[in-house]
Amino acid sequence: MNAVAQPSALQVRAQDFLARYEGLKDRLPGDAAVRTAAAAAFARTGLPGPREEAWRYTSLRPLAEIGFREPLGPLADCAALLAGLPAIEGPRLVFVDGRFRADLSAVPSHVTVRTGTPAFGTLARLDEKLVTLNTMLAEDGATIDVAEGIDAGTLLLISLGSGSHSHPVAFHPRHALHLSPGASMTLIEIAMGAGTYLHNPVTSITVDAAATLTHLRIQNESPDAFHLSTVYADVGARGTYDSFALTLGGRLARMEVHAHLHGEKAAAHLNAAQLLGGNQHADFTTVVAHDAPATASRQTVKNVLTGHARGVFQGKIEVARVAQKTDGYQMNQALLLSPDAEIDSKPQLEIYADDVKCSHGATVGDLDPDQLFYLRSRGVAQAEARSILVRAFLSEALDPIVHEEARAAMETAITAWWERQSV
Amino acid sequence: MLEIKGLTATVDGKEILKGIDLVVPQGEVHAIMGPNGSGKSTLSYVLSGREGYEVTGGSATYDGQDLLALAPEERAAAGLFLAFQYPVELPGVGNANFMRTALNAVRRARGEPELDAVQFLKRARAELRRLSMADDMLKRNVNVGFSGGEKKRNEVLQMAILRPKLAILDETDSGLDIDALKIVAEGVNALRGPDFTAVVITHYQRLLDHIVPDRVHVLADGRIIRSGGPELAHALEAGGYASMIAEAA
Repeated sequence: MNAVAQPSALQVRAQDFLARYEGLKDRLPGDAAVRTAAAAAFARTGLPGPREEAWRYTSLRPLAEIGFREPLGPLADCAALLAGLPAIEGPRLVFVDGRFRADLSAVPSHVTVRTGTPAFGTLARLDEKLVTLNTMLAEDGATIDVAEGIDAGTLLLISLGSGSHSHPVAFHPRHALHLSPGASMTLIEIAMGAGTYLHNPVTSITVDAAATLTHLRIQNESPDAFHLSTVYADVGARGTYDSFALTLGGRLARMEVHAHLHGEKAAAHLNAAQLLGGNQHADFTTVVAHDAPATASRQTVKNVLTGHARGVFQGKIEVARVAQKTDGYQMNQALLLSPDAEIDSKPQLEIYADDVKCSHGATVGDLDPDQLFYLRSRGVAQAEARSILVRAFLSEALDPIVHEEARAAMETAITAWWERQSV
Repeated sequence: MLEIKGLTATVDGKEILKGIDLVVPQGEVHAIMGPNGSGKSTLSYVLSGREGYEVTGGSATYDGQDLLALAPEERAAAGLFLAFQYPVELPGVGNANFMRTALNAVRRARGEPELDAVQFLKRARAELRRLSMADDMLKRNVNVGFSGGEKKRNEVLQMAILRPKLAILDETDSGLDIDALKIVAEGVNALRGPDFTAVVITHYQRLLDHIVPDRVHVLADGRIIRSGGPELAHALEAGGYASMIAEAA
């Protein structure tokens, strides 16, 4: 009865991360005070566990079973991974195992970029455990600034997990992106890799008045990888944060996006598609805070699940008293192509203003047998008919993507994913 | 030649087709008329291979090939086409892509070369003009937002593009105004010839004023109770189904 409780796997893993921090802290770049505070917080809170409401559907246990170390050693060769990158033209910032690689990058001309140190900025957020972990152990990151009124075009932010280490590695890049008033940019983020690793990036985004950031993400990590990313997007008056995230990779993945609409008529589009098979688990969690009048948010999240895959969507919309005329829309749709696949959908609306338009919905189902028969009656073989209907299901999310090369890259990744499934 | 012998079928365990015997020789157009619930749509679905329709007896062959043993797409490759009574909407699927995919699937199965986008569009536009359809019909999603008449015309457009050897038109006239009906009928008539065999299923005689059939069959309670020439449709229109069914009983 009075036996000492064994520490849980999550606690052991948290201790392990703390120990790595102790060993590394004198060598890590950036603001030491920020790190010290994060380490103290992490020592108290540890990793998120299943009793927390925000982590009810996503367990980090599989992650806790693996001992990660920091990626030490010489520059990893990643020719094979580089060859697998989609063909998208333009300047790029390439990080390998969380470290900036000038030799693989092409720095853009219209923006200011600083690397070599984590971009902590003013974002402390000790309430988010994974962000705290990132703050404690971040080694590198990109600080990107776009000046007033500049259209910065396209920038690629590429993360490669090299898989070239003798042990699983964890990396925690910390990026910050600032668009000055009236500026615009398309940021295309691609995460790929090989082997077992934890990629835990945190990106803080500031979209000033009348600025527009288009943020397209392709998460195509190694099948054994863990991808836990957090994005904070603060959007000013008439500014737009327009994002689409495609999740195909990783063994366990969570993308968390916090959008704060703090200026009048600010807008956020947090669209996503999760295509999962085998034993994959992926979670798309959003928190949209409407904190100014006439702000708008749109979320269309599509899930295609095969095998024993599990998809999670948690979408929270908070409308402050001041945020009258808010327009919030959220839709989560899932195609379950196998009886063993599972989707968990949790919408949450907290509305304190009285003149708002907020709606949410969710659909779950298999492919429509009438649609399948219609295609087959026209001569289209069953497998192709299924593929066509899956594409059609995703088209609502993909078609609005204006950047042709990025959309083509996503289509290609989806085709490759589909060909790997036996459905 | 389509040859149906003693065909029986159930839906949800209920017998709907109770022994259909029907021969449609090559190059002929036959009409099947019958009241609601007589089994007209069930016959069309059984012939095209829709799931949920269980054949419990009899046979259906086309040119000696056992239709019932084939998957729906294999029937299409063999030359069968069903014009749906209720065409299905495919949101997110462009009409042009849909038709090209279908055409190329059928051409592949027949060992014919596939058409590229340009070749396909040329052919599709020619058929569109013949059916008095607007070009933008190809750009829209399949049947999404189409009026009832547009959906039926889209079925006939698909038929014109796929050029089947055996077409089953399931109440293609329902929901059509007289102008649309004429266009649809012209679409079917344009395909008529020695290599085109068709079964036109309809509730009303008026379609048969425009697609004049070689033979008319009356289906009631899962059986064909009368067969005759085009004049049979007029007799039905005058006397109604009830008296004919009573007479046959």
